[in-house]
Amino acid sequence: MKEVHVSEIIDAVEKLCLKAAYDLPKDVEDCIAACSGQEESEFGKYIFDQILENIKYSRENDVPLCQDTGAAVFFIELGQDVHITGGSLEDAINEGVRRGYDKGYLRKSMVIDPVFNRKNTGDNTPAIIHVFVVPGSNLKITILPKGGGSENMGRLAMLKPSDGLAGVKKFVVDTVKIAGGNPCPPVVVGVGIGGTMEKTTLLAKKALARKIGEPNSNPQYAQLEKELLEEINNTGIGPQGIGGRITALAVHIEYFPAHITALPVAVNLNCHAARHAEVVL
Amino acid sequence: MSKSKKITTPLTDEVIDSLQAGDMVEITGVVYTARDAAHKRLLEDYEAGKELPFDLKGQIIYYVGPCPAKPGQALGSCGPTTSFRMDAYTPAVLKLGLKGMIGKGQREKEVIEAMIENKAVYFAAIGGAAAIISKSVKKADVIAYEDLGTEAIRRLEVENFPCIVVIDARGNDLYETGPAKYAR
Repeated sequence: MKEVHVSEIIDAVEKLCLKAAYDLPKDVEDCIAACSGQEESEFGKYIFDQILENIKYSRENDVPLCQDTGAAVFFIELGQDVHITGGSLEDAINEGVRRGYDKGYLRKSMVIDPVFNRKNTGDNTPAIIHVFVVPGSNLKITILPKGGGSENMGRLAMLKPSDGLAGVKKFVVDTVKIAGGNPCPPVVVGVGIGGTMEKTTLLAKKALARKIGEPNSNPQYAQLEKELLEEINNTGIGPQGIGGRITALAVHIEYFPAHITALPVAVNLNCHAARHAEVVL
Repeated sequence: MSKSKKITTPLTDEVIDSLQAGDMVEITGVVYTARDAAHKRLLEDYEAGKELPFDLKGQIIYYVGPCPAKPGQALGSCGPTTSFRMDAYTPAVLKLGLKGMIGKGQREKEVIEAMIENKAVYFAAIGGAAAIISKSVKKADVIAYEDLGTEAIRRLEVENFPCIVVIDARGNDLYETGPAKYAR
């Protein structure tokens, strides 16, 4: 049994908030740079140049890449041999968010109630926390700050099994088409397939945390990712939705067995500022 | 891609007439920030007969909820937010004399019709290039609805703020014509 005090979690979360907001992971930057070389449209090339300059400037000056520093979404892998001391895991994460978003001059974007009281909570809490209990004695914390522009364009479909592969492909491509310029393309397309309604949505979000462009380990799904990326880029939507070769940087699919009646599909889009940061305690 | 045109605010009808979808511009002058929450309140104030926090005639609204300024900055990172959330309010503010909007993403048919009717133009700034956009902002002051936090109305003084004309006052729409050129 390993003990982790909440103060360690608070410190780690505070640092992760800043790192994610200022410093785009190298894998995302490299992918953007590689795609930039394939862009044909003049506006598209200009937009890629501005995006790359923005990444460099943010990292060098410790400023947020995007003003929408997101809802603070966390994936926590909690080893079953870890004992958290000094308080609750949820409170610790929220306290880390509170400190990070304040000290880092990050935008506070959460409102108290979605319908009846849309007043800002003032500290970007509560965080959205997903905890998975795993074997071992590590506590892995991943933050995926999620901007509203791309999040709002996500969709879920409870397809019929008879809709099959063609139905899945059509739903994913249609989602990107409907989104157009809204989610700040070039986007990363997270797709969840299978499970139940909430499971497939979570899979789509989890797909966004994968190292960009890394194919699914199942060759059939890796092939589907490749085909979807090609179809999406053939829409011509392009960077910022004003036309071009590159609409998506990558398609990531996560799948799960499904009920005999069901073929759920969820698409969660991420903007080109595909921020994430992680730490293992 | 054309060479950038330098324009200043407030916008005159002559300048608006000269702008075409697909033009690059650099905007200098005063622009006002407002998102959906501020639009809603602005129109409620107008309906209630209250004085508006700024005269909309000839002005540009920038759809943005900025990050707080770090010491030494006029304003923190400040890229555009998605414009379609303002669509429900836009025809009404155009009627009050607004001439320009800066945001990102496609607009509803009703908005484009109101733009033609009221001779207004829609610019896109690059979503997600928020840190470098903040370099164009020289001064920022909250002038209304401070309780909305990042969504308060701010008066910004900008210099050479780079934007693309995406929908012009004749209704030409780069979100339609641009992708059509590259679709396969």
